[in-house]
Amino acid sequence: MESNIPYIIFIFVLAIFVGIEVISKVPSMLHTPLMSGTNAIHGIILFGGILVLADAATPLAQILGFVAVVFGSANVFGGFMVTDRMLQMFKKKKK
Amino acid sequence: MSSTIAYIIIGISVLFILGIKLLASPKTARLGNLVAAAGMFIALVSLHQPNGDYVWGQGWSFNYTLIVIGTIIGLVIGAVGAYSVKMTSMPQMVALFNGLGGGAAALVATLEFLHGNNITAFIAGSMLFATLIGSLSFSGSIIAYLKLEGKFEKPMTFPGQNLLNGLILVVILGLCGWLTFNVSGGNTTTAFIVMFVLAVFFGVAMVMPIGGADMPVVISLLNSFTGLAVAADGFAINNLAMVVAGTLVGSSGTLLTLLMCSAMNRPVSNVLFGAFGAGATGAGGAAGDLAGKTVKPIQADEVAVLLAYAQQVVIVPGYGMAVAQAQHQVRELSDELGKRGVEVRFAIHPVAGRMPGHMNVLLAEANVPYDQLCEMEAINPTMDRVDVCLVIGANDVVNPAAREDKSSPIYGMPIIDADHAKTVIVMKRSMAAGFAGIENLLFYKDNTRMLFGDAKASLNALVAQVKAS
Repeated sequence: MESNIPYIIFIFVLAIFVGIEVISKVPSMLHTPLMSGTNAIHGIILFGGILVLADAATPLAQILGFVAVVFGSANVFGGFMVTDRMLQMFKKKKK
Repeated sequence: MSSTIAYIIIGISVLFILGIKLLASPKTARLGNLVAAAGMFIALVSLHQPNGDYVWGQGWSFNYTLIVIGTIIGLVIGAVGAYSVKMTSMPQMVALFNGLGGGAAALVATLEFLHGNNITAFIAGSMLFATLIGSLSFSGSIIAYLKLEGKFEKPMTFPGQNLLNGLILVVILGLCGWLTFNVSGGNTTTAFIVMFVLAVFFGVAMVMPIGGADMPVVISLLNSFTGLAVAADGFAINNLAMVVAGTLVGSSGTLLTLLMCSAMNRPVSNVLFGAFGAGATGAGGAAGDLAGKTVKPIQADEVAVLLAYAQQVVIVPGYGMAVAQAQHQVRELSDELGKRGVEVRFAIHPVAGRMPGHMNVLLAEANVPYDQLCEMEAINPTMDRVDVCLVIGANDVVNPAAREDKSSPIYGMPIIDADHAKTVIVMKRSMAAGFAGIENLLFYKDNTRMLFGDAKASLNALVAQVKAS
């Protein structure tokens, strides 16, 4: 596991540049949906919650893990849905 | 990590990157969101433990029941929140979801930290980072949410505040440093809990002094914080998909925050530590010059005539339009004028409303075609040829003080040059100051007329009169 770390850091550094590159040319009208969309992507923390709750051994760990899963789940599902609702309205007007 | 899992993670990462990329263009934005969601779905069904065990392939236990129940509860909260929220309250909703994500990131790291033994300093550092950043993002986002809901909108400041916050931060970082290198020896739980509580408190202390107008920047910043916390969690539990997703959000969110600040012509440090609204009293100079000057009111029927016989009309929407839910009436008026051959454009200031893009979302909801929406840079050079500029509930973003009055706290902020139009009609409920709490020089210009009243009612009157004339 320890030997993995340099590779993960390598990927981490590349991801920083990719993240900056992909949004460098975004019109300001899309700032809010973009923020909302990326907000949903960090909802991947739900899986962190699932992993720790699956391993939880004490009642305290179960409670904290459960709260983490609820929070993460609201983040990921709510995030994608609210973004979709925003973007639904960006349709070009039909003549 | 088996190579199959590695390939799946590469696929997920590509979907996330592609999703964000597509989100950055109006035509493909909705597809981008779905692509990212598809990546998330694959991540869910292919979820593996750090040791390589397939999560859904193990024996069912009470913990799995908890996972399913928790996920469903979160799904319901998210769905109800996302579909019941009014379009004007979208920014709050994003803040709330972001706060929950931050809280989850902090809890995951906490559990791993308290549960883990024999963890290296690097892993311990990742966990502490995720706990610190996640919990301050949690509490900070809740405060941002409340401020946008209209609770304690005004910045809360007191002398020595930055010093006190600095001290708290030093204590937090000291505790983190100590914990990182003492994790394997002795009882670290107490120190960890103290750190956690201080971090939650710090999130509150950090956002409280910032005025409601700056919340978009704060939410964007906290969004990128949560991303980084999730990435750190990914390091801590050895989950590559979380590292990639969190880092993408962290870096793109940071850039987005800087873009928003540059739209307001203010460095990010000024937003976070400047206590913008506190400068309201400092604007006395500008207000003083206005003594003796009065605003000139106008009636709806006169405005209707001006609009109906104009050639070029520019509409500048602001937060007031959002509050009055007047976007549909605005569209009706624009259609009505369009039928008469009047060229109508919308001037969108990058920070109009409570979030960049807020006005676009609202006008799109009302079916205003987005080629009619013009950005500030595009419209300003043409303002001299505009017959009527209709300002609906916008204030600071059209205040010429930003160009003319060096003592004004908004001096230097790029504005829409509404005052360059031949006639400016300002629709406003009262003479109350805008979010920045300063007088608006525009209202006192010779070519400005004020149409007082609720934006929706005034617009309805205008539509009826334009139809009649």
